[in-house]
Amino acid sequence: MFKLVSKQIIIGLLIIYLSSLSFLGCSPAKTSLPSSGVTVVVWHWMTDRQPAFEELAQRYERQTGTRVKFELYAPSEAYSQKVRAAAQGENLPDIFGILASKKDFASFIKAGHVLDLTPYMEENSGFWRKSFFENALKTNVFVQDDAYGVKPGIYGVPIDTMVIQMLYNKKLYAELGFQANNPPATFQELLQVGQKLKGKDLQGFVSGWGEYWMLDCFANNYAFNIMGKDKVLATIRGEIPYTDPDWIKVFSLFKELTDAGLVSSGTITMVNKTAEQLFANERAVFAFNGSWCVNVYRSMNPQLDYGAFMPPPISDVYPMAIWGGAGSSFMVNARSKNKEEAVRFLQWLTQKEQQVFLAKHTHNLPANQQAMQDISGVLSEFAKNMPFVTHPNIWGISEFSSVIETFDRGLQSIILGQKSPQQVAYEVQKAKEKELARKKAQ
Amino acid sequence: MSFQRLRSTLENYLFILPAVTIFTIFYIIPFFWVFQLSLFKWDGIAFTKTFVGLRNFMDIFSRDSSDPLWWRSIAQAGYITLFALTFQNALAFLLALACDREIKLKNFYRVVFFIPPVLSEVVVGMVWRLILNDIDGANLLNRGLIALGLENLTRHWIYDQHIALTTVAIVHSWKGFGWGFLIFLAGLQTIPKELYEAARVDGANAWQQFLRITLPLMVPVIILVGILTVLGTMQAFVLVKTLIQSEVAGSISVPVLRILNSMNNQDLGFGYACAQGLTFGILLVIISFVQNRISKKFSSL
Repeated sequence: MFKLVSKQIIIGLLIIYLSSLSFLGCSPAKTSLPSSGVTVVVWHWMTDRQPAFEELAQRYERQTGTRVKFELYAPSEAYSQKVRAAAQGENLPDIFGILASKKDFASFIKAGHVLDLTPYMEENSGFWRKSFFENALKTNVFVQDDAYGVKPGIYGVPIDTMVIQMLYNKKLYAELGFQANNPPATFQELLQVGQKLKGKDLQGFVSGWGEYWMLDCFANNYAFNIMGKDKVLATIRGEIPYTDPDWIKVFSLFKELTDAGLVSSGTITMVNKTAEQLFANERAVFAFNGSWCVNVYRSMNPQLDYGAFMPPPISDVYPMAIWGGAGSSFMVNARSKNKEEAVRFLQWLTQKEQQVFLAKHTHNLPANQQAMQDISGVLSEFAKNMPFVTHPNIWGISEFSSVIETFDRGLQSIILGQKSPQQVAYEVQKAKEKELARKKAQ
Repeated sequence: MSFQRLRSTLENYLFILPAVTIFTIFYIIPFFWVFQLSLFKWDGIAFTKTFVGLRNFMDIFSRDSSDPLWWRSIAQAGYITLFALTFQNALAFLLALACDREIKLKNFYRVVFFIPPVLSEVVVGMVWRLILNDIDGANLLNRGLIALGLENLTRHWIYDQHIALTTVAIVHSWKGFGWGFLIFLAGLQTIPKELYEAARVDGANAWQQFLRITLPLMVPVIILVGILTVLGTMQAFVLVKTLIQSEVAGSISVPVLRILNSMNNQDLGFGYACAQGLTFGILLVIISFVQNRISKKFSSL
């Protein structure tokens, strides 16, 4: 009898011991909070960042109990349409990005889709606001009396920053007889590289100039360098014509690049992905691309030896400006019932620790200033030029879409040798006058 | 009306109700919705739209149109369509005639000719870009020409503004001729063989048989293929997007690309894009109607 009872006790103890072991085995290393039952849904288009986002979402859930679901919709064009359609149907998620011009961004705000984040940014003496690079945050800021007619405020959270500048393949550059660590310092030096390319099966300069905006970006950099920011903005306001000699100089740059053999007419049918492939496969000496390319080139050719540098200036009167600022931004749906949770998640996502994680795993420049300290390699060469960053979204005024299209189409015509810089300047000014007259009539 | 007749009528209506409902939801309502939108200025985001009446349509037809490339894009799509109507359909008809006869490997040819149409336009565009482009492609065509000692014939096939449109038309025809081939072949097989036997007995040669029997009996099929070609080609844009990847300084554009462009253009907006879409749709209906009338006249001769 005693034997039977003791056997039962031993078996019972064994069961309790084994069960406790199995429970211990199931529990995570860190203690997690019970689920709050809230799921914050984020829509984005950044294919390369999905694994990092998912990892961060898991960390956030463990820390706060709030589940975050990152839903990826790519490519970016399809994503952009999806967000528009969702806005019309009032089906936007808790957090989303707007891949469009600042005018479109303003339309989203006017329609009540985007939460004004100013009160959150200004909490604790503006602690959240001050954590960002000023240029990165500016893209999401609307100020009093700008051209957009939106209540002044901060309407988006930058999750990374970007800078668009020149890149060169060090090996190819050295093979052409130049010093590998001294990229062209002036526009004339850049043109000289074209001479060395003759007879070689190499592209001089590649960029996504089949997509108008990159062409526009390059032209605007030099417009700032040739005539200064004030004159560029005065042109957009309609106070200075595009037929001004300084603008002719800007248009002429494209002819010079083509004549020097640096830019081939094929560039105008090139989307940026193609340009990235050519540069990564060492078939082009120079590229004009954004800092996001570091991750792209790394995946295409990890051995690629390249450097980043400012577009070489043509004038020393005004500083060269490069497009940059917020790379990707997230907005909070003003109609979401989870908007408070969404803001809290974005506050967490833009803290130093998470920003360093994102920068390390996605090879993008962080939006948080403190996280920039851990950046190295080519990315640090991009970061170095952050003080020269500008962007149409922070100018407070925007050019008519049709004028931009005429402008960029004109630049393509110059590269093709179809039109002269003067002809293009005349056509752009004509388009501008037409739009100004139309606006006046309204 | 007797009860029986009323019941029969109701039954008939009941049978067509699902089809009418689906047609109404997916065709009629969207059509009127698009027409309604075309009367407004709307950025596609805001909840409020500004009524502008027929201003969007007037702008499209004005000399100072907001989209100066619109009519040019229609002319360019017209060029590709004309190419498809003539070369593509002539080739399809000839190959269908060949495969309708007792030739060796005719089933193999049928499969081969039908491969291009079943390929995705995106794939076709990318593959042909690889064949034709001398920068980011393999430049196979130019290399082949050089190997044959025909350097003079090498071109920048997809970004020379004088050639690129014809390149698009040729690739489009390569992709599209299989449909025509299939329909023509089906049409040829419906012609009774007895007619040819009788003609042969009467001493008609192959050319006379073709002219007097094949061609007249194939007129309805030719009309059908013609209309399908016009509708399909005028609306083509995926191939342009994947093969050329750009509008080449405005030299290469098609209406659907312009409509998309207007939709994403804040200054023009959804209303303008809808007006362009309707104008284009009506144009296609007119073309099809005229084509049908002309073809009917031919068939009655």
